[in-house]
Amino acid sequence: MLRFIVRRLLQMVGVLFVLSILLFAWVRRLPGGPVDAICGERCTAEQKAALAKQLGIDRPVWEQYFTFLNNALHGRFGTSTGVLPGTDAMEIFLRRLPATIELSIGAILLALLIGIPLGYLAAKKRGGILDNLTVTSTLIGIAVPVFFLAFALKYYFAIKLHILPLQGRQDSIDATRVTGFFVLDGIITQEWDAAWNAFKHLILPSIALATIPFAVIVRITRASVLDVVNEDYVRTAEAKGLTVGTIRWRHVLRNALLPVVTTLGLQVGALLTGAVLTETVFVWGGVGESLASALRLKDYAVIQVFILMAAAGYVFINLLVDIAYAVIDPRVRTR
Amino acid sequence: MVNRRAAAVAAASAVALTLASCASSDRDSESKGSGDKGGGGGTLTFGAAGAPATFDPFYASDGETFRITRQITEGLVGFKPGTPDLAPELATKWTPSKDGKTWVFDLREGVKFSDGTKFDADAVCKNFERMFDQNAAGQTASNYWVDNMGGYKSKDAKSALYQGCTAKSANQVEIKLLRSTSRFPALLGLPSFSMQSPTAMDKYKANDIKAQGDGFTYSDYANKHVTGTGPFKFDSYDEANKTVTLVRNEDYYGDKAKIAKLVFKIIPNETSRKQALQAGTIDGYDLPNPVDWPQLKKKFNLEIRDPFNILYLGFNAKVNPDLKDLKVRQALAYGINRAQFVKTQLPEGAEVANQWYPDTVDGYNKDATKYDYNPTKAKALLKEAGKAGLKIKLWYPSEVSRPYMPDPQKVFQAVKSDWEKIGVKVEPVTKPWNGGYITSTDNGQAEAFFLGWTGDYNTPDNFIANFFGSPAGGFQPLALPNGAEMVKRIGDADGIVDKGQRTAAYKKLGGDLMSKYMPGVPISHSPPAIVFTKAVTGVVPSPLTSEDFSTAVIEK
Repeated sequence: MLRFIVRRLLQMVGVLFVLSILLFAWVRRLPGGPVDAICGERCTAEQKAALAKQLGIDRPVWEQYFTFLNNALHGRFGTSTGVLPGTDAMEIFLRRLPATIELSIGAILLALLIGIPLGYLAAKKRGGILDNLTVTSTLIGIAVPVFFLAFALKYYFAIKLHILPLQGRQDSIDATRVTGFFVLDGIITQEWDAAWNAFKHLILPSIALATIPFAVIVRITRASVLDVVNEDYVRTAEAKGLTVGTIRWRHVLRNALLPVVTTLGLQVGALLTGAVLTETVFVWGGVGESLASALRLKDYAVIQVFILMAAAGYVFINLLVDIAYAVIDPRVRTR
Repeated sequence: MVNRRAAAVAAASAVALTLASCASSDRDSESKGSGDKGGGGGTLTFGAAGAPATFDPFYASDGETFRITRQITEGLVGFKPGTPDLAPELATKWTPSKDGKTWVFDLREGVKFSDGTKFDADAVCKNFERMFDQNAAGQTASNYWVDNMGGYKSKDAKSALYQGCTAKSANQVEIKLLRSTSRFPALLGLPSFSMQSPTAMDKYKANDIKAQGDGFTYSDYANKHVTGTGPFKFDSYDEANKTVTLVRNEDYYGDKAKIAKLVFKIIPNETSRKQALQAGTIDGYDLPNPVDWPQLKKKFNLEIRDPFNILYLGFNAKVNPDLKDLKVRQALAYGINRAQFVKTQLPEGAEVANQWYPDTVDGYNKDATKYDYNPTKAKALLKEAGKAGLKIKLWYPSEVSRPYMPDPQKVFQAVKSDWEKIGVKVEPVTKPWNGGYITSTDNGQAEAFFLGWTGDYNTPDNFIANFFGSPAGGFQPLALPNGAEMVKRIGDADGIVDKGQRTAAYKKLGGDLMSKYMPGVPISHSPPAIVFTKAVTGVVPSPLTSEDFSTAVIEK
């Protein structure tokens, strides 16, 4: 088992290394660069050349890559030139991460708490009004672009109805920062107003970000429940005269949820894509929004670190899934 | 069973409903966040388009940073509210020597930095010495010093405009320059050269700037301890919540700020800023999209500033030798219907540019040759020059909106269709603004290109010297038959000591730029707007986009 894990860890390092080369080459080939973003129309050609030299981006790409690699191995990932000028890119990533995790948790919880019961009910009432409504609405949920939904939610709930905050993570109120998770911070420090304020800000973006995972979870739960209810063991359980509750929880849902859990793993990875759009529309200040600004501002260091870290996270989750499989199924280890 | 199912449905919907409804009762208290009008003048929350690069204005060159630092620090000279004209700020009076190289400034008395230390002649000299004596990274990062003052102490000191500073008494300071220039003392109004507390700068190592990785890292001073004499003090930068908070400087020597707190909320997306204003989470923002003006005007105070910028079409005869002929360049100017473009594509208040700077700038020549739309004349001139089938690659930027150019593609379309009417074949070239457009045009690769400029202060030099005062750059002036002469005249005019003679020289030069040199076509001056809620009054719109928020009042 240990050998399996070590082998997979080495593979992971290899994957990240290759990715870093590809990523570096891609980023440096983007037209323009930090110099344009810093200067705008304000610098002369000489000033731009001096700036490029100072930043080291006038050197050949391979040379820049080795400097980057060497620095990265020493824990230095470069300095932001656009998103948060002068700040270490890794530090920015770590500072932004709680915002994205907080939003992702909100979205996943929404998707699960409403998605699973709804999927289950739809399956149980197959062909009924609820089922038809669910199937149609989840189809719309998957088809509607996230940013459109996000703008629509903002427009109705914040601008028209004034019942939820428009954007951002909290109003400009005095709040103590502890973990970077605003709701949690408010709870820890017992600043209930701050926690409540942050919670309200979380609602609309969570809904926007939850749409796709929600729709996927509803559909998979529904399909899975439909499969399971027709299994012999469910019929046997019914024949044995077990209570409805026991059949529902022990026999149907528990078995039906296995594919849902697998899907959930994949959905967590896909959340970052949704986060780029959702966070941008809701001015969320998380990883996704920062990556979007970094791309706009050609902030090399931030683009590199953010994408590498996202990839590392994805690869790491995969590794965990593989380990879990290996634990369950010994045949995987020998493959 | 039915009951349990019903309970499950109810539970699921309850989550959604509770989330939406339970928040409503607190909405009122939240909107107070931006309009806390209780005692102490309340809080003004202003939407900012980007994060500040640093809080030390000396190393900054972007408007978002200056909008914040301008409330905290002040310069020796300032600008009359609502105009680009010089006015006393920390200096009450300034007198040049006859040769224009020595300037004596009388300083305002009884002024203190917000850390309690005294502002005096020593502090002024320490500021100048600090700006002059920068490490390698600092020399690259301080764009405005390089642009306006030239070299540094350790390197090319001989090319620096600045020569030295002497405290003649506690309230009188003398600044020596290498040569006379039209820019001095107007350039001292730039936020980069504002006065900062020497004590705070020493304590928090203000000069400790380093080039690291792809960018610069700034000192603790620049990040958290910027200290000036202005009406507001730096309070905090809640980076996680994207807000910069300034508080009123209670010891300010002048009229104290009417608001107690000034919050800048960073909202990078333009639509999001507009929505934030509509939802009441911010009290104002800058540069609303002209497309939104009519809608915003209905419910908000939309202030249109006097235009102090220019959109122009540059020519580069080095890349396209056909442009060497003055007749060709004049034909291209006559061939653009600028009046029509300004009327249909630009916001109200926009004007056709008949020169390379607005008419409020000293040295504007109202008799300069005007190029009113005349396609017949344009065709005739092209024919005369033997260039009837002229081909031009016309460059325009994408992914950008500038105060002088709200929609670059529309400018391109307008000029293209006009030029095609006079028989010129136009080939479009476009690149993203931050994706190579600026670099390519500045490196002289574009034969005809759109660019513009917002003035820093009221001198012709701030416009024309930046465009074609140097042999390098987008215009490649030396490729024009009389380009060298033009470059020399621009430099010479800047050095004339006597103000009257200098203005006369600029008038003559301004006229010749339109008739004799024609390095491009000035197109328009567009007024940028700023918008506030109806509750906010007292902010005087500045053509330099340098509003002072200390005069803002928030009414109930």
